[in-house]
Amino acid sequence: MRRGEREIQKSVTGITRRTAMLGGAQASVMALLGWRMHQLQVDQAETFRLLAEENRINIRLLPPARGLIFDRNGVLLAGNEPNYRVTIVREDAGDVDLVLARFAEIVPLPEDEIEKLRREIFRRSPFVPITVAERLTWDQLSQVAVNAPALPGLTPEVGLSRIYPLDADFAHVVGYVGPVSDFDLQNIEDPDPLLQIPRFQIGKTGVEKQYEPELRGSAGTKRIEVNAAGRVMRELDRVEGRPGADVQLTLDYALQNYVEARLSGESAAAVVIEIATGDVLALGSAPSFDPNLFVRGISSTDFNGLLNDPYRPLACKAVQGTYPPGSTFKMVTALAALEDGLVAPDERVFCPGHLDLGNRRFHCWKRGGHGRMDLVDSLRESCDVYYYDICQRVGMDRISAMAQKLGLGVRHDLPINAVAEGLMPDRAWKERTRGEPWLIGDTLNASIGQGFLLASPVQLAVMAARLVSGRNVQPNMVRSVDGRPLDRPAPESLGFDPAHLTRIRQAMDAVVNQRSGTAYSARVVESEYRIGGKTGTSQVRNITAAERASGVVSNEDLPWERRDHALFVGYGPTESPRYAIAVVVEHGGGGSAVAAPIARDILLRVQYGEVPPLSAYPDYLRSRIAREQDELVLRAPVQPSRQSDRA
Amino acid sequence: MSYLEYSIRTVPSGPAKILHLNWALILLLGAVACTGFLMLYSVAGGDFARWAEPQAKRFALGLAVMFVVAMVPIHIWRNISALAYAAALILLLAVELFGSIGMGAQRWIDIGFMRLQPSELMKITLVMFLAAYYDWLDVDKVSHPLWVLVPVLIILVPVALVLVQPDLGTALLLLIGGAAVMFLAGVHLLYFAVVAAGGVGAVVAVMWSRGTDWQLLKDYQYRRIDTFLDPSTDPLGAGYHITQSKIALGSGGWTGRGFMEGTQSRLNFLPEKHTDFIFTTLAEEFGFVGAITLLVLYALVIVFCITSALKMRDRYSSLLVLGITVAFFLYFTINMAMVMGLAPVVGVPLPLVSYGGSAMLVILAGFGLVQSAHVHRPRSR
Repeated sequence: MRRGEREIQKSVTGITRRTAMLGGAQASVMALLGWRMHQLQVDQAETFRLLAEENRINIRLLPPARGLIFDRNGVLLAGNEPNYRVTIVREDAGDVDLVLARFAEIVPLPEDEIEKLRREIFRRSPFVPITVAERLTWDQLSQVAVNAPALPGLTPEVGLSRIYPLDADFAHVVGYVGPVSDFDLQNIEDPDPLLQIPRFQIGKTGVEKQYEPELRGSAGTKRIEVNAAGRVMRELDRVEGRPGADVQLTLDYALQNYVEARLSGESAAAVVIEIATGDVLALGSAPSFDPNLFVRGISSTDFNGLLNDPYRPLACKAVQGTYPPGSTFKMVTALAALEDGLVAPDERVFCPGHLDLGNRRFHCWKRGGHGRMDLVDSLRESCDVYYYDICQRVGMDRISAMAQKLGLGVRHDLPINAVAEGLMPDRAWKERTRGEPWLIGDTLNASIGQGFLLASPVQLAVMAARLVSGRNVQPNMVRSVDGRPLDRPAPESLGFDPAHLTRIRQAMDAVVNQRSGTAYSARVVESEYRIGGKTGTSQVRNITAAERASGVVSNEDLPWERRDHALFVGYGPTESPRYAIAVVVEHGGGGSAVAAPIARDILLRVQYGEVPPLSAYPDYLRSRIAREQDELVLRAPVQPSRQSDRA
Repeated sequence: MSYLEYSIRTVPSGPAKILHLNWALILLLGAVACTGFLMLYSVAGGDFARWAEPQAKRFALGLAVMFVVAMVPIHIWRNISALAYAAALILLLAVELFGSIGMGAQRWIDIGFMRLQPSELMKITLVMFLAAYYDWLDVDKVSHPLWVLVPVLIILVPVALVLVQPDLGTALLLLIGGAAVMFLAGVHLLYFAVVAAGGVGAVVAVMWSRGTDWQLLKDYQYRRIDTFLDPSTDPLGAGYHITQSKIALGSGGWTGRGFMEGTQSRLNFLPEKHTDFIFTTLAEEFGFVGAITLLVLYALVIVFCITSALKMRDRYSSLLVLGITVAFFLYFTINMAMVMGLAPVVGVPLPLVSYGGSAMLVILAGFGLVQSAHVHRPRSR
């Protein structure tokens, strides 16, 4: 059916009117395009023709200087050193193969290296400079510069590369940088153009990785004119990038060096925390490695050597390693019992050397038993039966809650990869993960820090700091970023009864300073530098009944990986505690014989601010300590390269 | 109800239709396409087989499609408009669903000899459907809010589908093309004023919110805006291309460096020199004269289509022809504006010149519809 003539006429007029309007708009857009053509091609033709014909504009990215990392006193931990290198730009090189072959006559390049370079060069845009060789000598660089006419597209450059002047001491804390990998790029939502620069280095571990955005800075650019042969005629202008921000750590380089030296030879970790602030003063993990190897490109032999070493040098054991806390956990069980009013401080428990529960017998480490023990006695002599007894009244859930309050089983916010959470199980945890009910025997094992429990050295140090101060000490490793101190509130009180805390501290004092204490041999005789603490020896194997009957095999007779871990948590000075410490020596044997002396030396070192004098040690130990101190390989003092933020 | 007055007596039939084609328009399209072959030959460094030959074959195929489409009476096209739109929508939905699951984010369907992007198809079918809609609707109801809402939905559904692909350029083309048909159909200007005001408001809000807590875009999206406004802020990314493209254009001067003599556009620092950026080669080698000539050729295509459309008395034909004209107009203006640094780089080809089959075929099929409307237009007895 057709529309009426009137309606058709109305439609046609309407469309014609609108077409006129739209056509007008279209005409003006085309006029604008024509005007723009005129502007570019006629008015500014001369400018562009000059740029195009005689010279071409090249734009080069200026990588920013990476931020520096300092210790708490302003001593440089990670810096930048000049790095002579040669880059190639494909569109300027013409015959890439020929240029590379000529270059290889100056700087020897293996065949497969050249092949790798070729692939890289043809994979990227033709105007992107690609690094051909770096860490050249000054002579090699000069030769390249002199032979420039025969080497089109090659540019000698001075870049910056990362250097860690204190090499192995801060390998785990500061970490290291390495070239951007495709894997890194995948995980970045909005890639910085800088990352497109081949062999651009970004933080891979430690503070270098966790503070990557701050340390990296942003790229600058320079526009240069090059002639037809690719020779740089002049620099037109440059936009400076923003150099990366400096990061200052709370750690003390000299203390860290002492800790690493003291731990050397063992597979061990030690953490020192300033109680008032939570500042981590030293975070040692032995053995260590030289991070400079990774910056320069580590050989596969070296890398495999590090990977396959049973002492795991690449791991930062202080935060990544987790160990059964052993007897160092007894303060947690004790405080949980005290705080819940389930055990009176003076209540005594009789220790016959074992405790029978159903048809299972739980042994104390001392076969003959300790006799009647109160809380202080039990900690001093590390009686197990006392804890077997009280833990049944407290119950696992309360112990676990107390552990978490003290910083165990909690992931602390530290700028290191893969900070371990440890494990402080409660009854629900076992149901959930194993599908088995929690048994009372599990509680008994947990009460002395065995069983499922796992804690990292830094958690143990935090535990010591919180036990001693009663405050919610948070560990931190970074003092300031870009000169701005990080704002950290003073730790708040955890709300424990001060009498209970005093009792625990008395006991930890007694462990070291009373004749019957397990760490008496690690005592300090200078009264203002006295230390307190608790030893721990955690089993990594089960002792069978048959073995117990025939006499438990001593640690020295076992293979290394089956020996007990040696632990010590402590603080000093005992009068007004300032520093908390945790030491773990993997498969080291006994806590009192191995871990306690290390902790004592480190605590003395941090209190004295220098290698402790012999007068601090008991008479009979002095000649041995003197020998040990002579054998320590310590770094010569380093001058701070910048002012500390906080005088 | 229809405006169509189609009768055997007033409209040519059989082979006689060929004589009634808009031959001037066909010649113009051929001239534009030949410019394209020439430039592709030049960009390939004198190699005909590399880009120019396949392009010429596609153009021949496209012309054949155009003739076939032109021969079919326009009322048949009108009757299947809704169907064509629905089919394109389903294809669009299909690549959206299956493209991301089974075929690794692919946005096209392989139809044997070429890859078809449903979003390209949608550019034509959307215009067809809108024209058919306004053909059916009474003129008096055009500005009634309810009858405005329907075409808005017809436009926004495919726009949304294309936007999630994500293909901002095509989404914009669909949106503006559809809006243009509504405008031509006589929808009250107030609606367009409101939308324009809303658009300006949105831009202002986006820019003002920068750096505040309620920032509307991600940081990197703002950086892209910065790059467009000042290419030197991202000299190695999109800004680099715009800078280089302007140098190539500008160095052409009045008459250019001569055929095959361009240096800037041939050097490898321009990306997609044979597709989106081919205009720079033309402008460098033939200068302002060459560039303005191509612009005039395009303008003539528009003028011929418009004059043809104004002679048609039925709503479907004129809206269809004008709508396709606007789509074609958007193609070349956006491309030229982008190359000359007047618009952000969104990836729209120069129609009939840039290398690429899918767009060429769809454009020529569109002109087939224009021809069909032209051939079958009512003539006074």
